[in-house]
Amino acid sequence: MLKFIARRFVNYLILVFIATSLAYILGSLTLDPRARYEGRNPPISEASLHASLQERNADPSTPVLTRYGHWIGGVVHGDFGKQIVGDEEVSTEIKRRAGVSLRLLLLGTIFGAVGGVLIGVLGAVRQRKPADVASTVASYVLLASPTVVVIVVVQTIFVWIYHKGGPLIPATGEYNSNLQGIEFWTDRAKRLIMPTMVLALFGISFFSRYQRSAMLDVLGSDFLRTARAKGLTRQRALFKHGVRTALIPIVTFFAYSFGLLLTGATFTEKLFGWHGMGEYLINSVQSHDVNAVAAVACFTAVLVLFSGLLSDILYAALDPRVRSK
Amino acid sequence: MSMSPQEIFEVASPAVSDPDATDQHVEAGQPITRGRLILRRFLRQKSGIAALVVLVLIFLLAYFGPYLTHWKFDDFDQTNILTGPDSNHFLGVDEVGRDVYARTLKGLQKSLVIGLVAALVTTSIAAVAGSIAGYFGGFIDITVVWIIDLLLVLPGFLILAILSPALAGKTWLWLVVLLAVFGWMVTGRVVRGMAMSLRERDYVHAAKFMGVPALTIIRRHLLPNMASLLIVDVTINVGGTILAETGLSFFGFGVQPPDVSMGTVLSDAQPLATTYPHVFMFGAGLLVLTVLCVSVIGDALRDAIDPSSGSSRL
Repeated sequence: MLKFIARRFVNYLILVFIATSLAYILGSLTLDPRARYEGRNPPISEASLHASLQERNADPSTPVLTRYGHWIGGVVHGDFGKQIVGDEEVSTEIKRRAGVSLRLLLLGTIFGAVGGVLIGVLGAVRQRKPADVASTVASYVLLASPTVVVIVVVQTIFVWIYHKGGPLIPATGEYNSNLQGIEFWTDRAKRLIMPTMVLALFGISFFSRYQRSAMLDVLGSDFLRTARAKGLTRQRALFKHGVRTALIPIVTFFAYSFGLLLTGATFTEKLFGWHGMGEYLINSVQSHDVNAVAAVACFTAVLVLFSGLLSDILYAALDPRVRSK
Repeated sequence: MSMSPQEIFEVASPAVSDPDATDQHVEAGQPITRGRLILRRFLRQKSGIAALVVLVLIFLLAYFGPYLTHWKFDDFDQTNILTGPDSNHFLGVDEVGRDVYARTLKGLQKSLVIGLVAALVTTSIAAVAGSIAGYFGGFIDITVVWIIDLLLVLPGFLILAILSPALAGKTWLWLVVLLAVFGWMVTGRVVRGMAMSLRERDYVHAAKFMGVPALTIIRRHLLPNMASLLIVDVTINVGGTILAETGLSFFGFGVQPPDVSMGTVLSDAQPLATTYPHVFMFGAGLLVLTVLCVSVIGDALRDAIDPSSGSSRL
C-alpha cells in the first residue's frame, strides 16, 4: 500500500515539474514584460530598463532556455524570482495569497462533495419523486451556467434578503480591517458565506449527478439484497454497503473536478474581491508578469496533483481490493 | 487493483454495443434503417424535442433578431444612458449608451459559432488521437496517454490565459484552435478505450490480414463504429466550449474587442448586475438557456443512439 502511494507520488512530482516548466516557457514566449517599462513619461533609460529586466530574469534578449535554466535553478530552492512591477518577491506574495485561496477551495470542496453525495444518494433512493426531479433540474441549470451568472444570482438573492429585513452581508472583500476583536471575526465569517456558497453549489451539482448514477447502479445489486436478507435495516444496508460502494467511482471524479473548481475559484475571488491566487493569475497575465504566472501554474499543478493523490488514498480506503495488492 | 498513471482521470467508457439489437421491430417486411431508428427514438423524448425547438428559436433570434431594431451593437445613444426596456431600446441601454438587445444578440452569434466550431474541432482531435493510440498501442499509445495526462494537470483556463497575449489582434479562429487543443483530453481517453476494444473484433482482424493499411482500417472500421459516441460528444462539447469561451472572454483572454461575445457582454454588464439587472439578466438568461438546451439534446441523442446508456434513467 505504502509502496503504491509512493510510486504515485513520484509520478505526480514528475508531472508537476513538467507542467510548471511548460507554463514558464509558454509564458516567456507570449508575455511581454518589457512592455511594462516602456511608454512611461519620463522614459526609462535603456540601460536601467535592461538592468531591471535582467534582475527579474525576464530580459527578452536572453534566450528562453537560458532564462528557464536560471528560473528552475531558483525554484528548486523555493525562489520564484521577483515580480515584474515593484520590488516584491513572488514567493512573498504567494505566501500572502495562498491561504486565502486554500480556505475558499477547502470549504467549497468539503461542502460541495458532502452535499453532492447526500443529494445524489437521496435522488437515487427517491428516484422520480419531487425531491429527485427538483435536484436534477437544479443541477442541470447550474452546470449550464457560467460562474459569473451564479455569482450575480447569489449576490442578488442576498441583496433581496437584506431589503426584506435580513442581515447585511458585504459582497466584496475578505475582511474589514476597521473592525476589531469579536466583531472582526464575525464579519469575516459572514463574508465567507457567499463565495463558499458559489463554489459549493458547483460541487454539489457536479457530484450529485455522478453519485446518483453510481447509486442507481448499486441499488439493484445482489449484495444489497443479501445485506437486507441477513437482517440489516434498509437504512443500515444502504449506508454501510450501498453508499460506500457507490462512492468508489466518485472518488476518481474528484481529482478530475478539482481543475474545474480552481477555475471557478478564479472567478469567485475576482468578483468577490478576495486577493487569492486566482486573482493573482488574472492580474499577472494582464501585467505580463512571467514569474508570477509560472508560480501560480506551479501552485495549481501541485494542488491538482495533491487532489489526485488524495483520491488515490480515498480509493484505497474505500476499496479493499486496492489495499491487498 | 493497481492504478496505472493513466487511470487517474479515467472516465467510464461506454460499452460498445450494437444499438440495433435492443429494439428492432421490423414493420411489415420493411426494414428500418439505423438512422430512422435513432430518429424515431429521439422523437419519442419530449425533453429532447423541446430543447431542440428552443435552441432553433435561439439561433433564429441570434441571426434575425438584430434586424428588428435599428440600433447596431456598436451604436451609442448617450441621451438614454441606463434607461430600462422600452419600445425604442427593447432591453434598455447600458452605462455608456449601447443597446443591450443588439449587443447581446451580436455576442450570442459569436458564442454560438465558436461553440459549434470548437466542439467539432475538439472531437475531431480526440477521435484521431484516441483511435490512433488505441489501435496501434505500444509506444504511440504511451505517448498519447502521457500528453493527455500532462494536459490534464493544468486547467485549460490557466494555459489559455497564459497564451492569450498571443491572441491579441488575431482572428477568433485562433481562439477556437486553442480551445480545441486544450479541451480534447477526456474524450480522447474514452475514444482510446473504445478503439482498444474494437481492434480485437473479427472484422478488424479480417481487414488487417487482408492487408488493409492501418490508417484505412481506422477510417473505415473504427471511426464509423464510434460515430454515435462522437456525435453525442460534439453536442456536449458545444456547451462546454461556450462556457469556456465565456470565461476567457470575461477576463479579456478570449474574443478581443471590437469583437463581441457573450463573455465580453457579461463582463461589461457584471458591475451593474445588482443595481441595473436589465443590463445583465437578458444575456445571462439567454446563455444559460442555450447551454441547457444543448446538454438536454445531448442526453436525448445519447439515449436515442444507445438506449442502454445510463442517462435514460434520468
